[in-house]
Amino acid sequence: MVTVAVAAPRAATPGEIAQSHEWSVAFGLLMSPVVHLRAAVALLGRFPALAGVDLDVDAGEIVLLRGPNGAGKTTLLRLCAGLIPPARGHVEVLGVDLSVDRKAIRPLIGLMGHTTGLYDDLTVMENVQFWARAAGVDAADATAALDRVELAERVRSLTVERLSAGQRRRASLAAMLVRRPRLWLLDEPHAGLDAQARDLVDGLIGEAARVGATVIFASHELDRAEAVASRRVTIDGGTVVQDSSSPTGAPDRAP
Amino acid sequence: MLRDARIVAGKDLRLEARSRVAVNQVLPFVLAVVLLFGFALDADTALLRRATSGLFWVTVLFSAVIIVQRSFAIERHDGINDALRLSGLSAGGIFLGKAASLFCQLVIIELVLGLCVIVFYDVTPSGAGLLIVTTLAATLGIAAAGSLYGPLAAGLRNRDTLLPLLLLPVLAPVLLAASRAFETALGRGVGGGWQWAAMLGIFAVVYLTLGVAVWGPLLEET
Repeated sequence: MVTVAVAAPRAATPGEIAQSHEWSVAFGLLMSPVVHLRAAVALLGRFPALAGVDLDVDAGEIVLLRGPNGAGKTTLLRLCAGLIPPARGHVEVLGVDLSVDRKAIRPLIGLMGHTTGLYDDLTVMENVQFWARAAGVDAADATAALDRVELAERVRSLTVERLSAGQRRRASLAAMLVRRPRLWLLDEPHAGLDAQARDLVDGLIGEAARVGATVIFASHELDRAEAVASRRVTIDGGTVVQDSSSPTGAPDRAP
Repeated sequence: MLRDARIVAGKDLRLEARSRVAVNQVLPFVLAVVLLFGFALDADTALLRRATSGLFWVTVLFSAVIIVQRSFAIERHDGINDALRLSGLSAGGIFLGKAASLFCQLVIIELVLGLCVIVFYDVTPSGAGLLIVTTLAATLGIAAAGSLYGPLAAGLRNRDTLLPLLLLPVLAPVLLAASRAFETALGRGVGGGWQWAAMLGIFAVVYLTLGVAVWGPLLEET
């Protein structure tokens, strides 16, 4: 009798999902937008922070979200990250309908908000390694991510609580980069950074778009942000009021 | 899921080793409680010996509340909750990892507490098998229930005061069963110690299963 050993099937790690997804992103998203919102409504409690947003973002685009405080920029980023559910309308990110499954896209999203998402009592390196392992990425990639944000060697062995605000932002960015996200969602990425670090962030955003990732970021530093962005979308009162991709500058309402 | 649990448990134990909250705050608290019980009962060693089982587990529950509170407070800090949701870690894996970390910390506290009880209450340990099984099963149950109620309380407005109110009533069966099993092991109970230990095992399995099942929605809502 011949016995054939068959490897037991195992669940794919988030890293493997991300890598396999790269193919579908590379081919599928050439045909469909990375972010596809139609009449999207999102509630904060009972308040409609987004009140019917229409927006399509294609792979490789760098979209700047402009608008006054409370316009709905952060809510839009969190909606696209799958952190808050769409109350109404159609929200599709990386080909996934978020009203059906918000969790599927999360490993493919890099979100840097007003917070850092870092543990104060762990060192910078330990933090980045933890988020790498969590995403199924080799922890050794943490060094490369920290190199990209140009965080000095001596800083990497410090606990996060001992870092300056700017160093924390860099470490947070490294924790995002190590997960190799396909869609970058950045909320005020220049806040708290010195001029050198701001240039670095701009460089990373440009580099991400060049390799096919998509970047959507909100910023109040319009001079700098507009120089980086390939497209500008203005939000006010929870709706898109201006879109530079539209020939008239008015929001694109195409079906 | 087990891979995720290992990653989370490793991170939590590293955080504890770095912050030393259990060593610098919970262990002195345990020592203080043991001494205060001694003062309250007028250093009557005969009475203390009789009450040892209950006093031991009441102290463990109080310590568990502090550790659970700390364990989930760090996950609420500076956007970590959102980062965890985006991380790709399974909710069940995070729950099991948190429970494993709590279990390890509680076992260390129980070892120190046991030594304190032997020294201060003049207790002679006996029935080692039942003591060990009871301790492991009860601690697993406390860790599982704590990991289930920790994020629930952490998401509420008055979280600091609500956790004991939520958690202690849930852990009342653990207090009862573990105290009875300890009394039997120490030769002061009416028997049935292994049945109480089995009940603790069932409690632990129920809360571990419940935690794996409901931690996903809990992580989303808190």
